Amino acid sequence: MVRTERVIFGLSGAVMALFLVGLLVLATGFGVDVPGCVTEMKPFERDTLFQTGERRWELHVVARMWAYQMPPVELPVGSEVDIYLTSGDVVHGFHIDRTNVNLMAVPGTVTYARVLFREPGDYPIVCHEYCGIGHQQMVGIIRIVQ
Amino acid sequence: MELTRSYRNLIRTELIVPMVLLVIGVYGGLMQVLFRAGVLDYDPLLKLLLDTVGAVLLAVDRLFGRETDPLVAALSSVDLRSSIMYYWGLTLHGVLNAIVFTTFFAVAFGNAVVPYFLKQPLNTQIGWLSAIVMLVGTGLAGIAMFSGQASVLYTFYPPLKAHPLFYLGAALLIVGSWIGAANWIPMYRRWRQENPGQKVPLAVMGMFATFIIWFIATLSVAVEVLFLLLPWSLGWTETVDVPLARALFWFFGHPLVYFWLLPAYVMYYTMLPKVAGGKLFSDAAGRLVFVMFILFSIPVGAHHQFADPGIGTQWKWLHTVLTYAVALPSLITAFTIAASLEYAGRQNGGRGLFGWMFRLPYFSRERWLFSYWIAGLIIFIFGGISGIVNASYNLNMAVHNTSWIPGHFHLTVAGPVLLASLGMSLYLVTQLSGKEVLWRGAAVAVPYLWLVGVLTFSWGMMRGGLHGMPRRTYLGAGALNPDLQGTPLYRADWAPYAEIAMIGGIIMFAAMLLYFVVFFGTLFARRVREAHLEFPVAEAYHDEPVRALNRLAPWVVTAVVLIVLSYTPVLYDVVRSSFQKSPAYLPEYNVPEKQLQETIRQGQSSQPSE
Repeated sequence: MVRTERVIFGLSGAVMALFLVGLLVLATGFGVDVPGCVTEMKPFERDTLFQTGERRWELHVVARMWAYQMPPVELPVGSEVDIYLTSGDVVHGFHIDRTNVNLMAVPGTVTYARVLFREPGDYPIVCHEYCGIGHQQMVGIIRIVQ
Repeated sequence: MELTRSYRNLIRTELIVPMVLLVIGVYGGLMQVLFRAGVLDYDPLLKLLLDTVGAVLLAVDRLFGRETDPLVAALSSVDLRSSIMYYWGLTLHGVLNAIVFTTFFAVAFGNAVVPYFLKQPLNTQIGWLSAIVMLVGTGLAGIAMFSGQASVLYTFYPPLKAHPLFYLGAALLIVGSWIGAANWIPMYRRWRQENPGQKVPLAVMGMFATFIIWFIATLSVAVEVLFLLLPWSLGWTETVDVPLARALFWFFGHPLVYFWLLPAYVMYYTMLPKVAGGKLFSDAAGRLVFVMFILFSIPVGAHHQFADPGIGTQWKWLHTVLTYAVALPSLITAFTIAASLEYAGRQNGGRGLFGWMFRLPYFSRERWLFSYWIAGLIIFIFGGISGIVNASYNLNMAVHNTSWIPGHFHLTVAGPVLLASLGMSLYLVTQLSGKEVLWRGAAVAVPYLWLVGVLTFSWGMMRGGLHGMPRRTYLGAGALNPDLQGTPLYRADWAPYAEIAMIGGIIMFAAMLLYFVVFFGTLFARRVREAHLEFPVAEAYHDEPVRALNRLAPWVVTAVVLIVLSYTPVLYDVVRSSFQKSPAYLPEYNVPEKQLQETIRQGQSSQPSE
């Protein structure tokens, strides 16, 4: 290998390493993380929303062909929501617009994400995994009010 | 090397049959952009296909003594709604373009490259066995798909269920490709005996790397298909473990993209520099790149499952680091190919820092293959960058399953992979048939027209994806349906992006139409010379031997160790977080298939008594 090659390959490696450090800082310092492995909760069958603290809520969602059937979610600004998601039939998606909540609902398992709503407004939810011919109709909404 | 008739027909069959199917797949692509943007909601050609092939499927069911599925009857009476057509066309588009065309091409290209560079004849009997198994597999899966009984998209995630022929056909296609590659091993052994101590030709090393990756990766999907999905689809097992099936699929799903890509890399390293008028900058870099792909292209699959439950974050992080490692060989390639092109440009008389860029045969009719390679490489710059975004752990949460993803992979598989395959298919057909390319000007225009189309398409898809526009979703009947205005379903903010993607898609379709005219026109053109097989072979500018890169076996062993280390914890997590298995569902109904059949049977038996 000639010198130019060694320098370029070294630099490429260094850039990739720098990116990795950035991602790690984002995950550990700013709490932007991917969903992990949930083993302490079994798949549930009912959609619920309940308060667990002053500005803290827990939302259970069962994704089903081809609708989210959770109760209307209308919460004050600054609410933090623990979302537990499962599927009642096939694989679905769960993406809340303008947030980092981007989950897969896989039958037989439960997944989890936490989200803090800082701004008022409507947050649309879409199913982004093909779940049959009604897939394009599968949406939901979270309302955050002052 | 003497070209037997059987050998020429073998490669031509492996190129032409998938090319005919690609016409259907490409048509499906056009339909999708039109359906997504809400311009069309009915596809007359697809309906015609359903009626014809559906009849064949019924006959097959009877032949095997399967009781005629009440479901088939029910389905054929269902009004063909436009959303059935959309997902049906999407399945055909994905499977025919990304699985069938690419697999056939890789085998055909290897069947040409390996004998040529090793100067050993191919055993055509085994070659034909491989081709026939692949063709039968494609035919079976095709019957299931064309008849609308396998609208499960090319990822076929359970518990959405396809007709058993779909899974059986996919398995046969894979097995056929294994046979094709195994056929090259005795040739390599013989060459080794006759040429002791010599470096194996880089192109041959690249093809072996391609198929080593393919073999290891497809073992996992073979397990998924043969042990989980096929028995379940046949009704022998009631339920299927969905998280396990997903993990097995993605063990295969990422190395699949390197299986697509590496034949193009073989062309970039061993042929492109010659056609450009220069030399390969470094032979050792090429060998290093192929070894790195063997090492790192498989233990990275969890990066497709960042948003999935059932896999610990620390293992997702491990797969992120390994994915970053597999980005390195592509960065090395970017440097080596650019350096080779610079050398060629300077040989052609280019001066100054950038002068060499203007001395490359972009529009040369004699060296028309160059346009296919260079256009693919330009597209791949954007494909590579967006791929690093996808691989970036938490950053993936911003793009997962949005239309950013198809935006990205049309810049890879429908960029360098497609263009290199199209160029090489045309090249091989002319060589093996003793013909000249008809309408060379058009042949040179295709890749640039495609470049404009695919960049426009992907810009629309990716930009929309950043606004949350989902992938593989019939937006024309959902978020972009004007009838839904005023409801939470309606998303006017996505409309411009779906429309830009549609414009790009139409340009892509035009480019492919032009290509098909050239390809099939050439195929039926008059013979102008004897059939022969000659590749442009690039010499290396720097050609120092690196002993560690001469043998693949130690690297394959290391790769297996890496795979075991990175996948054992993933599979452990998947198993312990999965609480129940799932019954089968059909895409058309929101109740399990069993329950549906019960309802239909009761309905039938109660009718006469009424």
